[in-house]
Amino acid sequence: MPQEFVKPTEEQLKARRSRSIAMGLALAAFVIIVYIGSLAKIGPAILDRAM
Amino acid sequence: MALVRNHIDEPAKLLSEARAGDYVALLKPRVMSLVVFTAFVGMATAPGTPNPLLAMISILAIAIGAGASGALNMWYDADIDAVMTRTRTRPVPAGRVSPGEAMVFGLVLSAFSVMTLGLMANWLAASLLAFTIFFYVVIYTMWLKRTTPQNIVIGGAAGAIPPVIGWAAVTGNVSLDSVILFLIIFLWTPPHFWALALFKSDDYERAGIPMMPNVEGEASTKRQIFVYSAVVAVVGVLPVFTGFAGPIYGCAALLLGAGFVWYAWAVLRMPADDRTMKPAKALFAYSLLYLFAIFAALLADNFAARFAGLGG
Repeated sequence: MPQEFVKPTEEQLKARRSRSIAMGLALAAFVIIVYIGSLAKIGPAILDRAM
Repeated sequence: MALVRNHIDEPAKLLSEARAGDYVALLKPRVMSLVVFTAFVGMATAPGTPNPLLAMISILAIAIGAGASGALNMWYDADIDAVMTRTRTRPVPAGRVSPGEAMVFGLVLSAFSVMTLGLMANWLAASLLAFTIFFYVVIYTMWLKRTTPQNIVIGGAAGAIPPVIGWAAVTGNVSLDSVILFLIIFLWTPPHFWALALFKSDDYERAGIPMMPNVEGEASTKRQIFVYSAVVAVVGVLPVFTGFAGPIYGCAALLLGAGFVWYAWAVLRMPADDRTMKPAKALFAYSLLYLFAIFAALLADNFAARFAGLGG
């Protein structure tokens, strides 16, 4: 069955790339913030867990 | 059965041309810088020594929360932003970001910023941030802004809370000192925005926003600007009397407050037929300097006191 796709313009492709990079960087930053924030918040107790 | 891909050659108007920078613009970076600075001062002057890493994350969460409320404001106000010279190049009225995208962006960032602040600092600070976003978007943007000339007086509370959030993030409570920080920004807001409203009254008239000069007239606005400026100059020195700040801050607050009153006096004396409104523009510029300077003075005074305490 034929499907129709919208062909993005050059400008739209550039904009999408810009948004994708920003989204990737923002998500990576969020992961790092939660990770190091958790370490700072919990401290050495982060290693205390029942074996 | 194989899929046949037919490209539609006509320009794809449904696809977004928004760059990452447009989304940054939705966060109102200039407003955010004021929020970050005042929240930082609230945090730095609060009794207690927070983990520097958690403090930085908390400031970031407050900044993102403030930015999120800016995005939601731009989503809701796109119709009036489009007819005002000051705001018509914003991403939504300019057509680079759709209103729906701005709304989702604002809602997602609101949720993430509040959750992050709650997890990294405490839930009182997070609740205050959530309340600030709600107050700015629902109470100010959706309700007051289009209905009353007291819009920025009451709505100013949203911009005044950040130092209280910073304080609460460190101490877990809200004290009289943090309320004074709130009051300084709260009382500063009307003369700041009404000075702008005086020389941008045509813009507000066109957009149908009931700002004070358009509703009560310029003479009444000038009088109210002067009264609020005098009150903010007095409230500015209150931290000295509550023991929150020392003489360094006291001198700075007196001088800065006197400057505020002087500029407001010039606006009060501005002739009714003066359409260049240089005194109003000067007051607007000075009010920005005032807020940064008085919070910087508080910070310097607090550091000096802590340094002296360590030495003694």
